[in-house]
Amino acid sequence: MTGWPNIFNRRNRRRFANTLFVATCTLATILALIVLAAILFSLLRNGFGSLNLAVFTQDTPPPGGVGGLRNAILGSILLCVGAMIVAVALGILAGTWLAEYSRENWYAKTVRFVNDVLLSAPSILVGLFVYEIAVRPLHSFSTFAGAIALALIAAPIITRTTEDVLRLQPRTLREAGIGLGTPVWVTIRRILWKSAAGGILTGALLAFARISGETAPLLFTSLNNQFFSLDLLKPIANLPVTIFTFALSAYDDWQHLAWAGALLIAISVLGINTLVRVLSARGRA
Amino acid sequence: MANTSATGALLPYAHKRARGAGFESFFHYACWGAATTLLCAMAGICVLLAVGGWPAISTFGLSFFTSTVWNPVTDVYGGAGPILGTLITSVIALLVALPLAFLTAVFLTEFCPHRLRRPIGIAVELLAGIPSIVYGMWGLFVFAPLFAIYIEAPVMAWAAPGTIWERLFSGIPNGSGVLTASIILAIMILPFIAATLRELFLTIPPRVREAAYGVGCTPLETVWSVTLPYVRRSAIGAVMLGLGRALGETMAVTFVIGNSHHLPRGLFDSGATISSTIANEFAEATSAMHISALLALGFVLFLITFVVLALARALLGHGHTA
Repeated sequence: MTGWPNIFNRRNRRRFANTLFVATCTLATILALIVLAAILFSLLRNGFGSLNLAVFTQDTPPPGGVGGLRNAILGSILLCVGAMIVAVALGILAGTWLAEYSRENWYAKTVRFVNDVLLSAPSILVGLFVYEIAVRPLHSFSTFAGAIALALIAAPIITRTTEDVLRLQPRTLREAGIGLGTPVWVTIRRILWKSAAGGILTGALLAFARISGETAPLLFTSLNNQFFSLDLLKPIANLPVTIFTFALSAYDDWQHLAWAGALLIAISVLGINTLVRVLSARGRA
Repeated sequence: MANTSATGALLPYAHKRARGAGFESFFHYACWGAATTLLCAMAGICVLLAVGGWPAISTFGLSFFTSTVWNPVTDVYGGAGPILGTLITSVIALLVALPLAFLTAVFLTEFCPHRLRRPIGIAVELLAGIPSIVYGMWGLFVFAPLFAIYIEAPVMAWAAPGTIWERLFSGIPNGSGVLTASIILAIMILPFIAATLRELFLTIPPRVREAAYGVGCTPLETVWSVTLPYVRRSAIGAVMLGLGRALGETMAVTFVIGNSHHLPRGLFDSGATISSTIANEFAEATSAMHISALLALGFVLFLITFVVLALARALLGHGHTA
């Protein structure tokens, strides 16, 4: 038994455990990347396979008919733009309050905490909430309700980034404004917001990317519409719910359109997120 | 949390008057109003779900939480199936995703060749942003058929009748079911948890790690005894945040869970979660009690996620944007 103790001594055990650990880490990363690459691959293959000019120029078809996603694409853009207008106003003002006006009392702490929880709250509950306040009283699913629901999901993201960016602004900027005798709100508007604009824009873009794929809150607020409509008080066609309906249908051509829609959403989300990275990298340089 | 003067806010000067100062209080109130709107939204979600769900909870009492009978025809609702379904799928998803995410984050911060570090890190972060409906579609069209042929059928054939395995893996091998939904959820939260953990590991000062290597630790010992304890609190917070995502996720689950309200008999059996039930039935619900039962389920989901997210935030602190 003279040869054995040397092989299983402490040093070799540690070395062996470590090698095993490094190998497991590497394998786990490879496995994760393979799965995620598989998702991207089937998205690209099925999506591009179903993408053609008609997708952009024709409205959603009845089963078996020929058509595209024009009404859904335009509807989604309308919903997101409407939501962003509300969310940007709400988010920037709330973020400004947290960073500049709140006195760090219990109220400010509660608002910040609630905002943080709202950031990752289940989006379907936001949908239920908006159904109760905007759909039930008006007795109709509407574009308006859908935009409100999306705005409530986007606003916390913008609030958070606005507050964080404003806190990064140097105190001297505020003193410079005060030194000139400028009212506080003018200092905020003309100096602080301007120097924080890049960060606020990043937050807004991230929020936009987040809501452009949100499906659950639209299911019972904006619902869906088979036809082209820009009426703010009527249900409106939109990409996520169209994808949901078409993907679960039994018709081949509907499923193809669903893949094309999913690809469009994924490309726009990835595009916006990449843009954010490029912008913030340039901001740092 | 820094106080006002340390962050350099403007309040000490707020009483000074100048041109345009008349709008000062208006602007102040507008900002305050926006912050309060967010607070009201959260309170509104809670109150409306509780009030809307009250008729169902008061009618069915405790059996709303224990009964698995969910029958819109006879207007009898018991939510045990969806509630348990939510908890089971989320916990399995976390059990699958957490080890993979942790090992991936360690690989990216410790072992990855420097040239690949940034690209893979960015790829993981970008994947964390992909909408869940894409994961759901992939689960339905690509994963479920393969899962049925290569996993479910062989495993069910292998599980001998009468053993615990047969009970565990009972169901219909059609690809959709509780386990499929859990795996799709795991794939969805994997990049999210990995990106957050990686970000946490990167906040550790290099000299902490260098000190560990300096006294002769292997990378395994460094990670296990030095870096992980350094971020333990925030890491648990990040994991809870991932759990919160899984609990509230709708689209990735609805596509593949099979949507039936009974208690799942096994991992391959169909089931439902709270969010998938609401997504499937809410727009079509006609009877007042059906709507109330769905809102009550929403309230239960709200309570569960609120506790998880509040814990996550308390552990994470305010520093992380994830």
